[in-house]
Amino acid sequence: MSVLMILAAIAVLAIAAYFLARQRALASTNGNPRLLHSLPLYYGWYGTIAVLLPSLAALALWLIVQPMVIEARISQNLPASLIADASKRELTMADVRRVAGGLDTAVAMGTMSEDEARQVRTESTNVRDKLAAVGVALGSEVSKEVLSAAQDYRELASWGAAGRTALVIVLAVLGLFWGVTRAKADFRARNRVEQVVLGLLIAASSIAILTTVGILWSMISETFDFFSKYPIQDFFFSLTWSPNFRGGSDLGILPLIWGTLYITVVSMLVSVPIGLFAAIYLAEYASKPVRAWVKPLIEVIAGIPTVVFGIFALVTVGPALRDWFAAPLGLGDSGSSVMTAGIVIGILNIPFISSLSDDIINAVPQSLRDGSLGLGATRSETVKQVILPAALPGIVGAILMAASRAIGETMIVVMGAGAAAKLSLNPFEAMTTMTVKIVGQLTGDTDFAAPETLVAFALGMTLFVITLGLNIFALWIVRKYREQYE
Amino acid sequence: MNDMTRTGLETETATAKISARGVQVHYGQNHALKNVSVEILDRAVTAFIGPSGCGKSTFLRCLNRMNDTVASARVSGQILLEGEDIYDPRVDPVQLRARVGMVFQKPNPFPKSIYDNVAYGPKIHGLTRNKAELDAIVEASLRKAALWGEVKDRLDAPGTGLSGGQQQRLCIARAIATGPEVLLMDEPCSALDPIATAQVEELIDELRASFSVVIVTHSMQQAARVSQKTAFFHLGHLVEYGDTGDIFTNPKDPRTEAYITGRIG
Repeated sequence: MSVLMILAAIAVLAIAAYFLARQRALASTNGNPRLLHSLPLYYGWYGTIAVLLPSLAALALWLIVQPMVIEARISQNLPASLIADASKRELTMADVRRVAGGLDTAVAMGTMSEDEARQVRTESTNVRDKLAAVGVALGSEVSKEVLSAAQDYRELASWGAAGRTALVIVLAVLGLFWGVTRAKADFRARNRVEQVVLGLLIAASSIAILTTVGILWSMISETFDFFSKYPIQDFFFSLTWSPNFRGGSDLGILPLIWGTLYITVVSMLVSVPIGLFAAIYLAEYASKPVRAWVKPLIEVIAGIPTVVFGIFALVTVGPALRDWFAAPLGLGDSGSSVMTAGIVIGILNIPFISSLSDDIINAVPQSLRDGSLGLGATRSETVKQVILPAALPGIVGAILMAASRAIGETMIVVMGAGAAAKLSLNPFEAMTTMTVKIVGQLTGDTDFAAPETLVAFALGMTLFVITLGLNIFALWIVRKYREQYE
Repeated sequence: MNDMTRTGLETETATAKISARGVQVHYGQNHALKNVSVEILDRAVTAFIGPSGCGKSTFLRCLNRMNDTVASARVSGQILLEGEDIYDPRVDPVQLRARVGMVFQKPNPFPKSIYDNVAYGPKIHGLTRNKAELDAIVEASLRKAALWGEVKDRLDAPGTGLSGGQQQRLCIARAIATGPEVLLMDEPCSALDPIATAQVEELIDELRASFSVVIVTHSMQQAARVSQKTAFFHLGHLVEYGDTGDIFTNPKDPRTEAYITGRIG
C-alpha cells in the first residue's frame, strides 16, 4: 500500500471517528446535548484526533527510520572496497538505490516479472541494457555486488512497506476505538481537544526556533571545517580577497566587511532621513484622505522584487552617478559603485522605515500632543521635543532592522556595485559585500573540500553574527526605553 | 451679584477676563454647543458643571482654541480675551495658548525629567536669558504647584515616575511656568484619589490669587468647594450662570435644581 493510500485510509477512519464519537456522546444522554460536558462537536474532534495523532506520528517516524535501517543492513553486506570512506559509500548507496528503482520500474512496465527481478544475475543478463530499455539510464555497468544489494534493498523495502501499512492502520483503528469508547456524557472532550490545539501552537512556534538552530548547525560544522584548512587569523585580518580554485588563495574578510559596511552606511544615509520625514508627515501633518492614499503608495516600493531594483541601479542610477558626479569630480568612471548600490538599497528601505516609524509615532498618546500644544508649542516643536523623544526607542529599533536588511541585500549589490572586493574610500568605486561573495563561492562547479568553497560558510556565519548582534541591540534599546510612556 | 444672570453682563465687564458671546460649536453634523454667552472673571475660579456630553469641555477647549486641532470642529460667535477677539485671523493660536494655559483630565507629563517638563514652556517661548533664570522659574512654578518639597532632590528623575497626584501637580506647574493669564482645567482630579484631589483643590484655591482659573468638573461638591462662579451646562446650552453659592442653594432654573439634587445627570 503506498503512502498516499495509507493517508486516504486514515482520513476515512478519521471522518468515521468524528461521526461515531459524536453520535455515541449524544446517545449517552439520549440525544440531549445540554447534559453533555462539552458541545457534541468536541467529542467528534476528539475521535478524529485519536485516529490521526498516533497513526500519523507512527507513519512519519517509520518514513524517517526505514531508509536508515535498510541502508545500514545493505552496507553490511557490501564488500569493504565499495564503502571505504563516507563519500565512496554514499556513491555506492546511490547506485544501489538507482538500480533498485530501475528494477521497480521494469516490473511496473511489465518488461520483467517480479521473479525475474528477484533472480536476475549479471552473469546471465545485461542489466544495464534491460533497464535502459525502460528509460532508466545507468552511468556504468552494474556490478554483481550492487545488483544483489539492490535486490536485497527491494526485498527489505517491500517488507518495510507492508510493516508500515499494518502498523499505521492498526494504530488508526485502535485510535478510533479509543476515541469512540471515551465519548460519554461526563468525558471532558473540550479540554482534551484544547490541549491538543495548545500542543499544535507550541509546535508551530518551536519550528521557527528550530529552523534558526538548524541554520546555525548547518553552518557551524562547515565553518570549523574551513578554519581547519585556512588559518583563522588570515581570514579575519588579511587585507586581500582573491580566491583561486587552483590553490594559494587569499581569503581575507576585511575588504568584504568594509564593502558591506560602506554600502550599508550609504543606504542608511538615504533611507533614515527620507523615511523618518515621510513618517512624521504622515503621522502628524497629513489629513486622513492624504494619508489613506500616500501610505499605501509608499508601501508599494516594498513589494517590488529586489532584482527589479537591481535593474534600476544598473541602467539608471549607476550611469547617472557616473556621468554627473564621478566623472566630473574625477573620482572614476565606473557605473557600478558603492553609491549606486547604497542609494538604491536606501530607496528600498524607505517604506520599511517610514511605515514602522509611522506606526510608532501614532502609538504616542494623543494626551502628550495635547499637553504640548496646550502650552503654546507649535506642531513642529511638539514633534521635535515630545513626539520623537517618546517614539525614539521604537524608531531606533526600526532603523536597526532596516540596517540588517541592508547588510543582507545581495541582488542590488551584484547589479549596482559589482563583484570586485576592494578596500577603498572612494564611494564611486566598485566594491562588493559578503553576501555577494557567498553566492559567488557557492555557484558553479564547487568542491566542498576546498577552502575556497568552505569560506562561504565562514562568511555566512560572520554575517549571521553581525545581523544577530544588531537585532539583539535593537531589541535591547526597545526594551530599555519602552516604559517611558503608557 | 445675586442678579448676575440678568444684569451682571453689563455691570461686571470691567473685571471680566474672558467674555464669550453667542458661541456655537459644531462637530461635523453634531451641534455640540448652542449660543453660549458668559463672562469669566479675573482672579476667580469659575466652575463648569453638567452631565457628560453637555458641552462644558467643548466650551473650555474653545477658550484656548484647542478645538483647532480637531479637524471636524467649527466654532462661531465671539470670544474676547481682554477685549481682543481670539478667533480673529491675526491671532496666532500658538501665542494664545501661551496666555491661556491648559491642564488635562489625565496627567500627561512628557517623557522627560521633572525639570525639563516644567522648563518646556519657558524654553519654547524664550522667557529666560540664562540657566539661572530658568532655574528660578522652574522652582517658583513647582513651589506654586506645591510640588517643590517632594521633588527638589530629584529634578532629573523622569516625570512619568511620579505618582498620579504628583504628575497632575507637575502638569499644573508646567502650565504655570509659561506665565499664563488664564488657566483652563479639564476635570483635573478625575484620575486622582481623594488625597491627591484634596491637594490639587487646595492648589487651585491658591492659584486664584494670580490667575483666572476655569475648571470643568463632574463633581458638584468639588465645584462648590473651589469655585466662586459656577456655570451649568445641559445638552449644549448654558442653562444658568452665577455665584456658586446661589447656584447650589437657590437655583433659578428647574433643570439646574434637578441636576444638583441628583434627579438628572
